[in-house]
Amino acid sequence: MLEKGTKAPDFELNATPDQKIKLKDFLGKNVILAFYPADWSPVCSDQMALYNEMLKYFSKHDAQIFGISVDSVWCHLAFEKDRNLHFPLLADFEPKGAVSKAYGVYDEEAGESKRALFVIDKEGEIAWSYLSPTAVNPGADGILDALEALDKK
Amino acid sequence: MSKLKPEVTEKDHAQGKQDAPIIIVEYGDYQCPYCGDAYPIVKEIEETFGDQINFVFRNFPLQEAHPFAFPAARAAEAAGLQGKFWEMHDALYENQYRLDEDLFDELAETIGLDIEKFQADSTNAEVKQKVEDDFESGVRSGVNGTPSFYVNGNKFDGAATDLYQMLKESTE
Repeated sequence: MLEKGTKAPDFELNATPDQKIKLKDFLGKNVILAFYPADWSPVCSDQMALYNEMLKYFSKHDAQIFGISVDSVWCHLAFEKDRNLHFPLLADFEPKGAVSKAYGVYDEEAGESKRALFVIDKEGEIAWSYLSPTAVNPGADGILDALEALDKK
Repeated sequence: MSKLKPEVTEKDHAQGKQDAPIIIVEYGDYQCPYCGDAYPIVKEIEETFGDQINFVFRNFPLQEAHPFAFPAARAAEAAGLQGKFWEMHDALYENQYRLDEDLFDELAETIGLDIEKFQADSTNAEVKQKVEDDFESGVRSGVNGTPSFYVNGNKFDGAATDLYQMLKESTE
């Protein structure tokens, strides 16, 4: 997995059927990438529900969060609607898992992203990364600590 | 391992002997079914281990997932201002199956609160802040779902039943 100090690989992924998100458009802002295995599975749902409650804490640190999995945009849309999520989920769908692979967090055997977190600074450099055991929801304390460290820079 | 931040203070709601050797902190959500399931087990823990346990409850409402979680947390804090936090906490979990916006006044009446004061306190800024401070402390402490338990400041990796089992083994 890509470590602290590495330039974050740029990507362009669909957030909705007709909206693409380009990472480089977020230069000047902190970015949180939360790779997760799949929509609907119990652990991810709790993890995304937690981040959903934390948006105001993230925006306090001038940070935008994106969830990323290999699910399609339509699956993401249904999941966002069902869970009332207020942040974009990106579809690493075609070619499957390409962005997850670029960040070194693709699980070839399962054909899914691993559960991994990245905090990218305003210059587009990875400031913190964390790989969580797939079955464990990593929470948000690590993200907040990383964002606070960036604020002090 | 995640640590409880900040540690238990006098601002927390605590039950049991203050200088008990085992301090258990629960981060809970009144609308979360898993917290509802944990509630009778926590009671059993308190009964079984008595003076050995000090039990603290902090709010961790997932508002987007559970629309009544935040108002319920405020209701319990407002009851706390009349010295009846635990009565409201218990009543909320015991009536979780019928949680809705009309329930709070009904429970307030049942446990004998001054209703006017209760209603005013439920929406006051200080009560709201207390709930939000609890939530933020939970995030800082590595809460990743509810209920999350901390034993003497360390995150306990398991459910209430696992906690009961662990205490049983460690006090035998």
